[in-house]
Amino acid sequence: MTQHAITVLGHDRPGIIAQTTAILADLGLNIEDTSMTLLRGHFAMTLVCAGGSDDDRIAAALAPLAGDGTLTVTVREVSAEGAVAASGTPYLLTVHGGDRPGIVSTVVAVVAEVGGNVTDLTTRLSGDLYVLLAEVDLPTDVDVEALRTSLGEAAGRLGVGVTLRAAEADEL
Amino acid sequence: MSATPDPSAAAADGLNARVVSWDVAELDVEGVVRDVVRAPDPVLSTVGPEVDPTSAETVQLAADLVATMRVSPGCVGLAAPQVGVSAKVFCVDVSEHPKTRGHHGTFVLCNAVVVESSRNEKAREGCMSVPDLTGDVKRATRLVVRGRLPGTGEEVELSTGAFEARALQHEIDHCEGLLFLDRVAGAHAIHQRKTYL
Repeated sequence: MTQHAITVLGHDRPGIIAQTTAILADLGLNIEDTSMTLLRGHFAMTLVCAGGSDDDRIAAALAPLAGDGTLTVTVREVSAEGAVAASGTPYLLTVHGGDRPGIVSTVVAVVAEVGGNVTDLTTRLSGDLYVLLAEVDLPTDVDVEALRTSLGEAAGRLGVGVTLRAAEADEL
Repeated sequence: MSATPDPSAAAADGLNARVVSWDVAELDVEGVVRDVVRAPDPVLSTVGPEVDPTSAETVQLAADLVATMRVSPGCVGLAAPQVGVSAKVFCVDVSEHPKTRGHHGTFVLCNAVVVESSRNEKAREGCMSVPDLTGDVKRATRLVVRGRLPGTGEEVELSTGAFEARALQHEIDHCEGLLFLDRVAGAHAIHQRKTYL
């Protein structure tokens, strides 16, 4: 059993997911984790599937999807990653303000400096408004107040606002 | 054992004094710690039938739920389907949780229903039956619940808020065959606890 990372990118239309997943099902591939969204109106999907087919066979089967030239499909075998319990504490990082180059790189650099790991990231540009949302796992020994200060300083230089909130789940 | 609030002060706080004074010792049976089942076990997606709160079977189940909750670290509530029994019975005890404001201590309710709910707030929930995922769920922060106490079968109605309200809604959902997964706030509102390195 091998894992394959498949990406489908391009012009959105109804039925892309239905067509893609039907082909994968016919190949006997099991879709494990998937993320799909529209990025500036472009269809953007990444799937990790497991099954016996090799990359070439999967790529050939998916080729009709890209037939009209509006979608790009890639297939790549990936080695299975070992699952480990999250070691850090989850936080939600929010940034919003006027659009300008360098917001994402500046803010995530501050997070990377303390060993924080981004586990989910969304950015949206809406008119002049730029919004960044990131799920961040922070190592347990991080000084969160000091990190907030550093993020606030970096955001201040960019002229945007930043918040860092604990996102720990309540056990029910 | 959790701290039990003073019943005489309960009425002043808008709490139900009878529920506050309830103690698992009233059941007069020894609770047995049961295994907690995990999704996709079908019992978690089955609507539990109403129970006779005075039956020996229900009394034992109530005691078992409390016993299982107490040995599970951080657990503030447990519903019958989570120990493999399809039934409208659950226990709650949020007294040790940092987000708790007013609370009724440890109690078990049978056949509980939501009578009134308002003021939704979104928060992230985890569940022993879905151990590797969490989800952002909107729940009412003002809640009135009616149900019956196991053993005596008395009907009680209690008003609560904040974290106890969230816990009650989560457990009532379990009795209705619903998981937090059925209530998440959007396609990106489920989060993985495990990371892959």
